[in-house]
Amino acid sequence: MDDNTPDIEITELRRLTQVIKDKYDYEFKDYAMSSFKRRIKRVLDLYKFKNVEKLVNVLENNPDFFDEFVSEITVNVTEMFRDPTFWKVLKEQIIPNILLNHNKITIWHAGCSSGEEVVTMCAVLDEMSALDKAKIIATDIDTAIISKAKNATYSMKNMEVNSKNYAKYQGSRSLEYYYKEVGSEAVIHKSLLENVSYRKHDLVQGTIFSKFDLVLCRNVMIYFNQTLQNNVLNKLHESLFKYGYLAIGSKESLIWCEIANKFIVVNNEEKVYKKIKD
Amino acid sequence: MRYHLTNKYKAVVIGGSAGSFQGITQILSSIPKDFPLPMFLCLHRLKHVRNGFVEALSIKSNKPVVEPFDKESIKKGGVYLAPANYHLCLELGNTCSLSTEELVNNSRPAIDLTFESASYLYREKLVGILLSGANKDGAYGMMKIKERNGLTVVQDPNDSMINAMPNAALAATKIDHILTVNEIVSFLLELDKVCKGL
Repeated sequence: MDDNTPDIEITELRRLTQVIKDKYDYEFKDYAMSSFKRRIKRVLDLYKFKNVEKLVNVLENNPDFFDEFVSEITVNVTEMFRDPTFWKVLKEQIIPNILLNHNKITIWHAGCSSGEEVVTMCAVLDEMSALDKAKIIATDIDTAIISKAKNATYSMKNMEVNSKNYAKYQGSRSLEYYYKEVGSEAVIHKSLLENVSYRKHDLVQGTIFSKFDLVLCRNVMIYFNQTLQNNVLNKLHESLFKYGYLAIGSKESLIWCEIANKFIVVNNEEKVYKKIKD
Repeated sequence: MRYHLTNKYKAVVIGGSAGSFQGITQILSSIPKDFPLPMFLCLHRLKHVRNGFVEALSIKSNKPVVEPFDKESIKKGGVYLAPANYHLCLELGNTCSLSTEELVNNSRPAIDLTFESASYLYREKLVGILLSGANKDGAYGMMKIKERNGLTVVQDPNDSMINAMPNAALAATKIDHILTVNEIVSFLLELDKVCKGL
Protein backbone atom coordinates (compact mmCIF):
# COMPACT_ATOMS: atom_id res chain seq x y z
CA MET A 1 0.00 0.00 0.00
CA ASP A 2 1.57 3.24 -1.02
CA ASP A 3 -1.05 5.50 -2.51
CA ASN A 4 -2.28 8.92 -1.62
CA THR A 5 -5.99 8.78 -2.33
CA PRO A 6 -8.01 10.66 0.26
CA ASP A 7 -9.79 8.83 3.06
CA ILE A 8 -13.26 7.53 2.38
CA GLU A 9 -15.77 9.17 4.70
CA ILE A 10 -18.51 7.25 6.50
CA THR A 11 -21.11 9.60 5.03
CA GLU A 12 -19.96 8.64 1.52
CA LEU A 13 -20.31 4.95 2.38
CA ARG A 14 -23.80 5.57 3.73
CA ARG A 15 -24.80 7.24 0.51
CA LEU A 16 -23.32 4.35 -1.49
CA THR A 17 -25.09 1.63 0.50
CA GLN A 18 -28.38 3.57 0.25
CA VAL A 19 -28.14 3.82 -3.53
CA ILE A 20 -27.37 0.10 -3.77
CA LYS A 21 -30.31 -0.72 -1.53
CA ASP A 22 -32.71 1.50 -3.48
CA LYS A 23 -31.64 0.45 -6.92
CA TYR A 24 -30.54 -3.18 -6.51
CA ASP A 25 -32.12 -4.21 -3.20
CA TYR A 26 -28.83 -5.42 -1.71
CA GLU A 27 -28.06 -4.39 1.85
CA PHE A 28 -24.45 -3.55 2.67
CA LYS A 29 -25.02 -1.07 5.48
CA ASP A 30 -24.16 -3.56 8.22
CA TYR A 31 -20.92 -4.81 6.73
CA ALA A 32 -17.94 -4.38 9.08
CA MET A 33 -16.65 -0.89 8.49
CA SER A 34 -12.88 -1.31 8.14
CA SER A 35 -12.98 -4.15 5.62
CA PHE A 36 -15.93 -2.69 3.67
CA LYS A 37 -14.11 0.61 3.37
CA ARG A 38 -11.03 -1.20 2.04
CA ARG A 39 -13.11 -3.14 -0.47
CA ILE A 40 -14.62 0.09 -1.75
CA LYS A 41 -11.20 1.69 -1.95
CA ARG A 42 -10.05 -1.35 -3.90
CA VAL A 43 -12.87 -0.84 -6.42
CA LEU A 44 -11.96 2.83 -6.76
CA ASP A 45 -8.33 1.91 -7.46
CA LEU A 46 -9.21 -0.94 -9.80
CA TYR A 47 -11.53 1.08 -12.02
CA LYS A 48 -9.65 4.34 -11.52
CA PHE A 49 -12.71 6.09 -10.11
CA LYS A 50 -11.52 9.27 -8.47
CA ASN A 51 -13.94 9.09 -5.54
CA VAL A 52 -16.98 7.34 -4.07
CA GLU A 53 -19.27 9.83 -5.80
CA LYS A 54 -18.02 8.57 -9.15
CA LEU A 55 -18.71 4.97 -8.13
CA VAL A 56 -22.22 5.91 -6.99
CA ASN A 57 -22.73 7.55 -10.33
CA VAL A 58 -21.64 4.51 -12.29
CA LEU A 59 -23.84 2.23 -10.17
CA GLU A 60 -26.81 4.52 -10.71
CA ASN A 61 -26.39 4.57 -14.48
CA ASN A 62 -24.91 1.19 -15.42
CA PRO A 63 -26.88 -1.73 -13.98
CA ASP A 64 -24.54 -4.08 -15.86
CA PHE A 65 -21.72 -3.02 -13.60
CA PHE A 66 -23.42 -4.17 -10.41
CA ASP A 67 -22.53 -7.88 -10.60
CA GLU A 68 -18.93 -6.98 -11.24
CA PHE A 69 -19.00 -4.61 -8.29
CA VAL A 70 -20.33 -7.36 -6.01
CA SER A 71 -17.57 -9.69 -7.23
CA GLU A 72 -14.91 -7.15 -6.44
CA ILE A 73 -16.07 -6.28 -2.95
CA THR A 74 -16.57 -9.87 -1.86
CA VAL A 75 -13.51 -11.48 -0.34
CA ASN A 76 -12.69 -14.71 -2.14
CA VAL A 77 -9.59 -15.98 -0.42
CA THR A 78 -9.89 -19.67 0.32
CA GLU A 79 -7.96 -22.94 0.26
CA MET A 80 -8.71 -26.64 0.09
CA PHE A 81 -8.41 -28.21 3.54
CA ARG A 82 -7.92 -24.78 5.11
CA ASP A 83 -7.39 -25.53 8.82
CA PRO A 84 -6.55 -29.22 8.35
CA THR A 85 -7.40 -30.01 11.97
CA PHE A 86 -10.95 -28.78 11.40
CA TRP A 87 -11.44 -31.29 8.60
CA LYS A 88 -10.02 -34.03 10.77
CA VAL A 89 -12.63 -33.25 13.43
CA LEU A 90 -15.38 -33.34 10.80
CA LYS A 91 -14.19 -36.69 9.53
CA GLU A 92 -13.57 -38.35 12.86
CA GLN A 93 -16.31 -36.86 14.96
CA ILE A 94 -19.00 -34.71 13.38
CA ILE A 95 -19.94 -36.58 10.22
CA PRO A 96 -19.89 -40.02 11.90
CA ASN A 97 -22.18 -38.60 14.58
CA ILE A 98 -24.66 -37.38 11.99
CA LEU A 99 -24.57 -40.68 10.11
CA LEU A 100 -25.11 -42.59 13.32
CA ASN A 101 -28.77 -41.61 13.28
CA HIS A 102 -29.44 -40.92 9.60
CA ASN A 103 -28.46 -42.57 6.39
CA LYS A 104 -28.54 -39.21 4.61
CA ILE A 105 -26.62 -36.05 5.34
CA THR A 106 -27.56 -32.59 4.10
CA ILE A 107 -24.89 -29.91 4.07
CA TRP A 108 -24.97 -26.20 3.30
CA HIS A 109 -21.86 -24.22 2.43
CA ALA A 110 -23.04 -20.69 3.15
CA GLY A 111 -20.64 -18.40 1.31
CA CYS A 112 -18.92 -21.06 -0.80
CA SER A 113 -16.66 -18.65 -2.70
CA SER A 114 -14.70 -20.39 -5.47
CA GLY A 115 -15.66 -23.82 -4.12
CA GLU A 116 -12.45 -25.12 -2.54
CA GLU A 117 -14.30 -25.88 0.68
CA VAL A 118 -16.94 -27.84 -1.25
CA VAL A 119 -14.26 -29.88 -3.00
CA THR A 120 -12.73 -30.53 0.40
CA MET A 121 -16.02 -31.68 1.86
CA CYS A 122 -16.66 -34.06 -1.02
CA ALA A 123 -13.17 -35.50 -0.72
CA VAL A 124 -13.66 -36.03 3.02
CA LEU A 125 -17.03 -37.73 2.43
CA ASP A 126 -15.58 -39.84 -0.36
CA GLU A 127 -12.82 -41.07 1.90
CA MET A 128 -15.48 -42.04 4.42
CA SER A 129 -17.50 -43.81 1.69
CA ALA A 130 -20.33 -41.44 2.53
CA LEU A 131 -20.42 -39.27 -0.57
CA ASP A 132 -23.48 -41.02 -1.99
CA LYS A 133 -25.39 -40.27 1.22
CA ALA A 134 -24.78 -36.55 0.94
CA LYS A 135 -26.83 -33.75 -0.50
CA ILE A 136 -24.82 -30.55 -0.62
CA ILE A 137 -25.94 -27.01 -1.37
CA ALA A 138 -23.30 -24.38 -1.99
CA THR A 139 -24.35 -20.72 -2.11
CA ASP A 140 -22.72 -17.35 -2.54
CA ILE A 141 -23.81 -13.78 -3.18
CA ASP A 142 -21.39 -13.42 -6.09
CA THR A 143 -22.61 -14.81 -9.44
CA ALA A 144 -19.18 -14.97 -11.05
CA ILE A 145 -17.64 -16.87 -8.17
CA ILE A 146 -20.44 -19.46 -8.26
CA SER A 147 -19.60 -20.19 -11.90
CA LYS A 148 -16.01 -20.60 -10.82
CA ALA A 149 -17.02 -22.97 -8.03
CA LYS A 150 -19.15 -25.00 -10.46
CA ASN A 151 -16.30 -25.13 -12.90
CA ALA A 152 -14.02 -26.51 -10.17
CA THR A 153 -10.85 -25.68 -12.07
CA TYR A 154 -7.99 -24.26 -10.05
CA SER A 155 -4.58 -22.91 -10.81
CA MET A 156 -1.84 -25.51 -10.26
CA LYS A 157 0.03 -22.79 -8.37
CA ASN A 158 -2.55 -23.05 -5.58
CA MET A 159 -2.39 -26.82 -5.42
CA GLU A 160 0.89 -26.69 -3.56
CA VAL A 161 -0.62 -25.12 -0.46
CA ASN A 162 -3.74 -27.27 -0.87
CA SER A 163 -1.60 -30.41 -0.93
CA LYS A 164 0.30 -29.29 2.15
CA ASN A 165 -3.02 -28.81 3.94
CA TYR A 166 -4.15 -32.23 2.76
CA ALA A 167 -0.99 -33.83 4.15
CA LYS A 168 -1.61 -32.18 7.53
CA TYR A 169 -5.20 -33.41 7.45
CA GLN A 170 -3.70 -36.89 7.00
CA GLY A 171 -6.05 -38.04 4.26
CA SER A 172 -5.94 -41.63 3.09
CA ARG A 173 -4.97 -40.71 -0.47
CA SER A 174 -3.12 -37.88 -2.09
CA LEU A 175 -4.88 -34.76 -3.31
CA GLU A 176 -3.92 -35.59 -6.91
CA TYR A 177 -6.48 -38.38 -6.77
CA TYR A 178 -9.24 -35.78 -7.08
CA TYR A 179 -8.11 -33.81 -10.11
CA LYS A 180 -6.55 -34.02 -13.52
CA GLU A 181 -3.74 -31.68 -14.41
CA VAL A 182 -4.54 -29.84 -17.65
CA GLY A 183 -1.86 -27.38 -18.61
CA SER A 184 -1.43 -25.03 -15.67
CA GLU A 185 -4.75 -26.03 -14.14
CA ALA A 186 -6.14 -28.66 -11.83
CA VAL A 187 -9.56 -29.84 -13.03
CA ILE A 188 -11.50 -31.53 -10.26
CA HIS A 189 -13.19 -34.75 -11.40
CA LYS A 190 -16.87 -34.01 -12.06
CA SER A 191 -17.94 -37.25 -10.38
CA LEU A 192 -16.68 -35.91 -7.06
CA LEU A 193 -19.14 -33.02 -7.18
CA GLU A 194 -22.18 -34.91 -8.46
CA ASN A 195 -24.20 -34.36 -5.30
CA VAL A 196 -23.55 -30.64 -5.08
CA SER A 197 -25.92 -27.97 -6.30
CA TYR A 198 -24.72 -24.41 -6.54
CA ARG A 199 -26.98 -21.42 -6.30
CA LYS A 200 -26.92 -17.72 -5.76
CA HIS A 201 -28.07 -16.71 -2.30
CA ASP A 202 -27.63 -13.58 -0.24
CA LEU A 203 -27.18 -14.40 3.44
CA VAL A 204 -28.14 -10.89 4.44
CA GLN A 205 -31.52 -10.61 2.75
CA GLY A 206 -32.14 -14.14 1.51
CA THR A 207 -34.84 -16.34 2.97
CA ILE A 208 -34.49 -19.72 4.63
CA PHE A 209 -34.75 -22.29 1.85
CA SER A 210 -34.10 -25.67 3.45
CA LYS A 211 -32.97 -27.52 6.57
CA PHE A 212 -29.57 -29.10 7.04
CA ASP A 213 -27.62 -31.46 9.27
CA LEU A 214 -24.47 -29.41 8.89
CA VAL A 215 -23.94 -25.78 7.95
CA LEU A 216 -20.51 -24.35 7.21
CA CYS A 217 -20.18 -20.60 7.32
CA ARG A 218 -16.49 -20.05 7.90
CA ASN A 219 -14.84 -16.65 7.67
CA VAL A 220 -17.96 -15.13 6.14
CA MET A 221 -19.54 -13.33 9.07
CA ILE A 222 -16.25 -11.60 9.92
CA TYR A 223 -17.20 -9.13 7.18
CA PHE A 224 -20.40 -8.20 9.03
CA ASN A 225 -20.93 -5.99 12.06
CA GLN A 226 -22.42 -7.49 15.23
CA THR A 227 -25.99 -6.55 14.36
CA LEU A 228 -25.78 -8.34 11.06
CA GLN A 229 -23.92 -11.28 12.58
CA ASN A 230 -26.83 -11.78 14.96
CA ASN A 231 -29.34 -11.57 12.15
CA VAL A 232 -27.45 -14.05 9.95
CA LEU A 233 -26.89 -16.42 12.86
CA ASN A 234 -30.63 -16.51 13.44
CA LYS A 235 -31.05 -17.65 9.85
CA LEU A 236 -28.33 -20.27 10.13
CA HIS A 237 -29.95 -21.52 13.33
CA GLU A 238 -33.32 -21.77 11.60
CA SER A 239 -31.73 -23.61 8.69
CA LEU A 240 -30.44 -26.36 10.95
CA PHE A 241 -32.33 -29.41 12.11
CA LYS A 242 -32.40 -29.73 15.88
CA TYR A 243 -29.08 -31.34 16.88
CA GLY A 244 -27.55 -30.22 13.59
CA TYR A 245 -24.06 -28.75 13.51
CA LEU A 246 -22.76 -25.28 12.70
CA ALA A 247 -19.12 -24.68 11.79
CA ILE A 248 -17.66 -21.16 11.79
CA GLY A 249 -14.11 -19.87 11.31
CA SER A 250 -11.50 -20.74 13.92
CA LYS A 251 -11.28 -17.08 15.02
CA GLU A 252 -15.01 -16.48 15.10
CA SER A 253 -17.10 -16.97 18.20
CA LEU A 254 -20.75 -17.20 19.18
CA ILE A 255 -20.01 -15.91 22.69
CA TRP A 256 -21.32 -12.41 22.04
CA CYS A 257 -24.32 -13.47 20.03
CA GLU A 258 -27.89 -13.40 21.30
CA ILE A 259 -28.48 -16.89 20.02
CA ALA A 260 -25.49 -18.53 21.78
CA ASN A 261 -27.71 -20.30 24.33
CA LYS A 262 -29.41 -22.29 21.57
CA PHE A 263 -26.13 -23.98 20.73
CA ILE A 264 -23.56 -25.97 22.65
CA VAL A 265 -19.87 -26.04 21.83
CA VAL A 266 -18.85 -29.37 20.34
CA ASN A 267 -15.28 -28.43 19.53
CA ASN A 268 -13.98 -25.14 20.82
CA GLU A 269 -10.65 -25.21 19.02
CA GLU A 270 -12.26 -25.75 15.62
CA LYS A 271 -15.43 -23.81 16.41
CA VAL A 272 -18.06 -26.44 15.80
CA TYR A 273 -21.41 -25.91 17.51
CA LYS A 274 -24.51 -28.05 17.88
CA LYS A 275 -28.04 -26.68 17.85
CA ILE A 276 -29.81 -27.85 20.99
CA LYS A 277 -32.87 -25.58 21.06
CA ASP A 278 -35.30 -24.50 18.36
CA MET B 1 10.68 13.07 31.22
CA ARG B 2 12.80 12.44 28.21
CA TYR B 3 10.11 11.92 25.57
CA HIS B 4 7.71 14.70 26.67
CA LEU B 5 4.71 12.40 26.56
CA THR B 6 1.22 13.38 27.67
CA ASN B 7 -1.67 11.31 28.93
CA LYS B 8 -3.70 11.79 25.74
CA TYR B 9 -2.55 8.45 24.32
CA LYS B 10 -5.11 5.64 24.35
CA ALA B 11 -3.44 2.77 22.50
CA VAL B 12 -0.14 1.39 21.18
CA VAL B 13 0.34 -0.56 17.95
CA ILE B 14 3.54 -2.48 17.32
CA GLY B 15 4.60 -3.97 14.01
CA GLY B 16 7.52 -6.28 13.37
CA SER B 17 8.87 -8.84 11.00
CA ALA B 18 12.16 -10.67 10.52
CA GLY B 19 14.46 -9.97 13.44
CA SER B 20 11.79 -8.47 15.68
CA PHE B 21 11.04 -11.40 17.98
CA GLN B 22 13.81 -10.55 20.46
CA GLY B 23 12.76 -6.90 20.53
CA ILE B 24 9.11 -7.66 21.06
CA THR B 25 9.82 -10.13 23.88
CA GLN B 26 12.11 -7.59 25.55
CA ILE B 27 9.31 -5.04 25.37
CA LEU B 28 6.67 -7.44 26.70
CA SER B 29 8.92 -8.56 29.56
CA SER B 30 9.70 -4.97 30.56
CA ILE B 31 6.34 -3.25 30.59
CA PRO B 32 4.53 -3.44 33.93
CA LYS B 33 1.68 -5.82 34.51
CA ASP B 34 -0.75 -2.93 34.80
CA PHE B 35 0.37 -0.98 31.73
CA PRO B 36 -2.90 0.86 31.11
CA LEU B 37 -3.13 1.12 27.32
CA PRO B 38 -4.24 -1.65 25.00
CA MET B 39 -1.46 -2.89 22.74
CA PHE B 40 -1.96 -4.40 19.31
CA LEU B 41 0.84 -6.50 17.90
CA CYS B 42 1.03 -7.27 14.23
CA LEU B 43 4.02 -9.52 13.66
CA HIS B 44 4.72 -11.39 10.46
CA ARG B 45 4.44 -15.08 11.14
CA LEU B 46 4.01 -18.40 9.42
CA LYS B 47 0.64 -18.42 7.70
CA HIS B 48 -0.16 -22.05 8.31
CA VAL B 49 1.00 -22.44 11.88
CA ARG B 50 -1.94 -21.53 14.04
CA ASN B 51 -0.59 -22.49 17.44
CA GLY B 52 2.55 -21.80 19.42
CA PHE B 53 3.36 -18.18 18.66
CA VAL B 54 1.08 -16.53 21.18
CA GLU B 55 2.28 -19.07 23.78
CA ALA B 56 5.92 -18.25 23.00
CA LEU B 57 5.23 -14.54 23.49
CA SER B 58 3.16 -15.10 26.63
CA ILE B 59 5.97 -16.96 28.37
CA LYS B 60 8.14 -13.85 28.16
CA SER B 61 5.39 -11.33 28.75
CA ASN B 62 4.36 -9.65 31.98
CA LYS B 63 0.87 -9.42 30.60
CA PRO B 64 -1.27 -12.11 29.00
CA VAL B 65 -1.14 -11.95 25.21
CA VAL B 66 -4.27 -13.03 23.34
CA GLU B 67 -5.20 -13.61 19.73
CA PRO B 68 -8.58 -11.90 19.61
CA PHE B 69 -11.68 -13.40 18.11
CA ASP B 70 -13.53 -11.45 15.46
CA LYS B 71 -15.51 -8.56 17.08
CA GLU B 72 -13.88 -9.09 20.47
CA SER B 73 -14.13 -5.93 22.61
CA ILE B 74 -10.92 -4.07 23.31
CA LYS B 75 -10.09 -4.12 27.00
CA LYS B 76 -8.04 -1.52 28.84
CA GLY B 77 -4.48 -2.81 29.05
CA GLY B 78 -5.17 -5.86 26.84
CA VAL B 79 -2.38 -7.17 24.61
CA TYR B 80 -3.70 -8.42 21.27
CA LEU B 81 -1.74 -10.37 18.70
CA ALA B 82 -2.86 -10.67 15.07
CA PRO B 83 -3.71 -14.37 14.53
CA ALA B 84 -2.00 -16.47 11.85
CA ASN B 85 -3.41 -15.95 8.36
CA TYR B 86 -5.81 -13.15 9.38
CA HIS B 87 -5.50 -9.41 9.10
CA LEU B 88 -6.24 -7.71 12.42
CA CYS B 89 -8.14 -4.43 12.22
CA LEU B 90 -9.84 -2.19 14.74
CA GLU B 91 -13.38 -0.94 14.40
CA LEU B 92 -15.29 2.10 15.62
CA GLY B 93 -17.12 0.84 18.69
CA ASN B 94 -13.82 -0.49 20.06
CA THR B 95 -13.75 -4.00 18.75
CA CYS B 96 -11.12 -6.04 16.97
CA SER B 97 -12.09 -7.40 13.59
CA LEU B 98 -10.42 -10.07 11.52
CA SER B 99 -10.27 -10.47 7.79
CA THR B 100 -9.03 -13.00 5.27
CA GLU B 101 -8.62 -10.39 2.54
CA GLU B 102 -5.76 -10.71 0.05
CA LEU B 103 -2.16 -10.52 1.23
CA VAL B 104 -0.94 -6.94 1.60
CA ASN B 105 2.80 -6.43 1.11
CA ASN B 106 2.92 -10.17 0.69
CA SER B 107 1.71 -10.51 4.28
CA ARG B 108 -1.35 -11.61 6.20
CA PRO B 109 -1.47 -10.27 8.85
CA ALA B 110 -0.30 -7.01 7.32
CA ILE B 111 1.02 -4.26 9.57
CA ASP B 112 -0.36 -1.57 7.25
CA LEU B 113 -3.94 -2.73 7.84
CA THR B 114 -3.60 -2.90 11.62
CA PHE B 115 -1.89 0.49 11.77
CA GLU B 116 -4.27 2.21 9.35
CA SER B 117 -7.43 0.97 11.06
CA ALA B 118 -5.97 1.76 14.51
CA SER B 119 -5.14 5.30 13.46
CA TYR B 120 -8.67 5.71 12.13
CA LEU B 121 -10.07 4.65 15.49
CA TYR B 122 -7.61 6.39 17.83
CA ARG B 123 -6.53 9.35 15.68
CA GLU B 124 -3.97 11.52 17.55
CA LYS B 125 -4.23 9.26 20.57
CA LEU B 126 -2.25 6.44 18.96
CA VAL B 127 1.40 5.49 19.34
CA GLY B 128 2.81 3.43 16.46
CA ILE B 129 6.04 1.47 16.89
CA LEU B 130 7.72 -0.30 13.99
CA LEU B 131 10.51 -2.80 14.64
CA SER B 132 13.03 -4.74 12.56
CA GLY B 133 11.88 -6.35 9.33
CA ALA B 134 12.79 -7.21 5.77
CA ASN B 135 10.08 -5.53 3.71
CA LYS B 136 8.16 -2.27 3.60
CA ASP B 137 5.03 -3.35 5.45
CA GLY B 138 4.14 -0.73 8.06
CA ALA B 139 5.48 2.28 6.14
CA TYR B 140 2.04 3.20 4.79
CA GLY B 141 0.51 2.54 8.21
CA MET B 142 3.04 4.84 9.88
CA MET B 143 2.23 7.50 7.30
CA LYS B 144 -1.47 7.27 8.18
CA ILE B 145 -0.69 7.46 11.90
CA LYS B 146 1.35 10.62 11.31
CA GLU B 147 -1.31 12.13 9.02
CA ARG B 148 -3.81 11.70 11.84
CA ASN B 149 -1.38 13.27 14.32
CA GLY B 150 -0.41 10.15 16.21
CA LEU B 151 3.09 9.52 17.50
CA THR B 152 5.52 7.49 15.39
CA VAL B 153 8.48 5.48 16.67
CA VAL B 154 10.80 3.21 14.70
CA GLN B 155 13.54 0.94 15.89
CA ASP B 156 16.88 2.52 15.08
CA PRO B 157 18.04 0.90 11.81
CA ASN B 158 21.47 0.41 13.40
CA ASP B 159 19.84 -1.47 16.27
CA SER B 160 17.68 -3.58 13.92
CA MET B 161 18.72 -7.04 12.81
CA ILE B 162 17.16 -6.23 9.44
CA ASN B 163 16.64 -2.54 8.78
CA ALA B 164 14.50 -2.49 5.61
CA MET B 165 11.24 -1.97 7.48
CA PRO B 166 12.38 0.92 9.73
CA ASN B 167 14.09 2.51 6.73
CA ALA B 168 10.95 2.24 4.60
CA ALA B 169 8.95 4.01 7.31
CA LEU B 170 11.63 6.70 7.65
CA ALA B 171 11.42 7.29 3.91
CA ALA B 172 7.61 7.37 3.90
CA THR B 173 6.81 9.81 6.67
CA LYS B 174 7.99 11.93 9.57
CA ILE B 175 9.12 9.70 12.41
CA ASP B 176 9.05 11.30 15.86
CA HIS B 177 11.53 9.01 17.58
CA ILE B 178 14.23 6.67 16.27
CA LEU B 179 15.05 4.42 19.20
CA THR B 180 16.91 1.27 20.14
CA VAL B 181 14.84 -1.48 21.76
CA ASN B 182 16.25 -0.42 25.14
CA GLU B 183 15.08 3.10 24.49
CA ILE B 184 11.67 1.89 23.30
CA VAL B 185 11.34 0.17 26.67
CA SER B 186 12.12 3.37 28.58
CA PHE B 187 9.76 5.25 26.24
CA LEU B 188 6.96 2.84 27.14
CA LEU B 189 7.79 3.06 30.86
CA GLU B 190 7.50 6.85 30.61
CA LEU B 191 4.20 6.44 28.74
CA ASP B 192 3.02 4.09 31.49
CA LYS B 193 3.80 6.67 34.22
CA VAL B 194 2.24 9.57 32.35
CA CYS B 195 -0.93 7.66 31.55
CA LYS B 196 -1.28 6.59 35.19
CA GLY B 197 -0.87 10.23 36.22
CA LEU B 198 2.34 9.56 38.15
